[in-house]
Amino acid sequence: MRIKVDRDLCTGCEACVDSCPYDAIEIKDEKAFINEYCQLCRNCLSVCPEGAIKEVETEEDRTEGMDLSQFRGVWVMAEQRDGKVVDVSLELLGAGRRLADERGSELTAVLFGASEDEAAKLIHWGADRVLHAQSPVFDTFNDDPYVELLSRLITQYKPEIVLTGATAIGRSFFPRVAARLRTGLTADCTSLEIDKETGHLLQIRPAFGGNIMATILCPKHRPQMATVRPRVMKKGEYNESRKGEIIKLDVEGLSSRTKVLQSIKEESETKVNLQEADVIVAGGRGLGKAEGFKMLEELASLLDGAVGASRAAVDEGWISYSHQVGQTGKTVCPKIYIACGISGAVQHLVGMQSSDIIIAINKNPDAPIFNVANYGIVGDVYEVVPELIKKIKEVKGSCQ
Amino acid sequence: MRIVVCIKQVPDTAEVRINPETNTLVRDGVPSIINPYDLHAIEAALQIKEKLGDVTVTALTMGPPQAEDALREAISMGVDEALLLTDRAFAGSDTLATSYTLSRAIQKIGFDLVICGKQAIDGDTAQVGPEMAEFLNIPHIAYVKAIEEISTQGIRVQRLMEEGYDIVEAPLPVLLTVVREINEPRLPSLKGKMRAKKAEIKKLTHTDIDAEEDKLGLTGSPTAVKNIFAPEARKDRKMFSGSPAEQVAALVEELKNLKCL
Repeated sequence: MRIKVDRDLCTGCEACVDSCPYDAIEIKDEKAFINEYCQLCRNCLSVCPEGAIKEVETEEDRTEGMDLSQFRGVWVMAEQRDGKVVDVSLELLGAGRRLADERGSELTAVLFGASEDEAAKLIHWGADRVLHAQSPVFDTFNDDPYVELLSRLITQYKPEIVLTGATAIGRSFFPRVAARLRTGLTADCTSLEIDKETGHLLQIRPAFGGNIMATILCPKHRPQMATVRPRVMKKGEYNESRKGEIIKLDVEGLSSRTKVLQSIKEESETKVNLQEADVIVAGGRGLGKAEGFKMLEELASLLDGAVGASRAAVDEGWISYSHQVGQTGKTVCPKIYIACGISGAVQHLVGMQSSDIIIAINKNPDAPIFNVANYGIVGDVYEVVPELIKKIKEVKGSCQ
Repeated sequence: MRIVVCIKQVPDTAEVRINPETNTLVRDGVPSIINPYDLHAIEAALQIKEKLGDVTVTALTMGPPQAEDALREAISMGVDEALLLTDRAFAGSDTLATSYTLSRAIQKIGFDLVICGKQAIDGDTAQVGPEMAEFLNIPHIAYVKAIEEISTQGIRVQRLMEEGYDIVEAPLPVLLTVVREINEPRLPSLKGKMRAKKAEIKKLTHTDIDAEEDKLGLTGSPTAVKNIFAPEARKDRKMFSGSPAEQVAALVEELKNLKCL
């Protein structure tokens, strides 16, 4: 497909220019012109009053790609660190189980390193079978053996969908696998669905700096590969009586050009606090100044919670990056998230929208944060928050 | 030694807003900038040049003709030369086609070290670096937060991980993607700015890099955007009204009912 402007119909009215999220439409010689930024999102098609913007078929659309019917099954590449499977892998088994059931296929977990007990755990969390490789090369993380072995397995077994966590490890080696197999990869998906008509995987992720959401397809290549950030999906059901098969893999011929000399553990305190807190009180641009966070700290400590921040507040230098919640910060999932003076750009929302209860306080009633909120208070944070602190103190006082 | 730094010109996405009525992006007056992570990649290359001496630093970007501005900025910071990959054939490239195209150009330029920012702030995929390394058939190290040692033979770096960092070594040639912690990018000098103004930016098309046409642009892109949309409002939300005190009272009442307080 290609988007084309019919130059005879185009009046140069520029209506399409602003509709394009990718800056792909320019006016040249008083006519609209689609430049190389076009991502085929089709936003402009309905905007043109003259119907001058059209979707045209290209040679490529008529040629058949690879034989997709050979590919079956959903795979989750599980990740282990220091021999323990990490939570995001279990969350992906929950998502993978749902996708596999919908496609009427099997769910396979792939595990490099770790013990057989850990492999069995993957079955309890939803996998039908586990492909398990054990070798000292997996004691530390190096891209080469991961890329080599996973590519080999995908070529051999031909799964339809392959998922992994968007972690330091997953985000490093998964793109190489996609490049080696010449297939598509979608990073940081927040939702994965099956298109009922075509059976394709609908990969939904924030786009354009996290200002909007996009649905990404990989229509002609297999496998369809995607990464998902920790704490975005919910774990499936744990069932210890669940039976499955563990297949031991051949690990011949694996080597690495990089070498890990040492692994240094360095847990930042804020990270632990933020991601384990039951309550997060977060501030954004609407606070207007660094001092605003003092007030949020008071509210947070009253609720035994932690303080978070939007990217805008961090960019302003009001609070350190370790507090940042969102696509380029941390993903959190507390019981209560209180957003104070945060407008709610998509890139922030994707980092907190799976919180159980979201309370939004903002001056602007149209702020997108209210779209994800369970409770919305329209007002000045400097009036509302002190009032809230007072009220909570009252409630707590009366209980004692 | 030859270092290629891959940069991208991006809209300053922090300045973008959504129009709540039309659910479209408002980008009026949004400036184009060098992807902030790429400034750290440029700085890393320049520091290596200062340390080792005999180093040529080439900045490379793929984009529309106006991406030339980003390359001039790179020159003003101190890179030796700049190349712009620009061609209608590159239109609609996803990360795979982009990586292929850039890697063809890098192959053509020649390289001992390739440095990229960890990701671009518009797409946030962090895929182009590792994918390029695969096409170039060289190792890569992602999320580098410090370069401990470098020679013409090899490199030792600190790689950021969730629970700390790894010390990793690799032989050259290698590709690195760098995070903000690695350095503080320098500001362009006056002399640099003068040089940037006069510098010739060499433009390359797909024929200059011996690229296979079916691997470029939309044709070479396995992924496609189906649609874009703004997130919808949840149906069960409750908006309070009244004075701040009244709204807070109503909220506290709700939270008490839910046993959250």
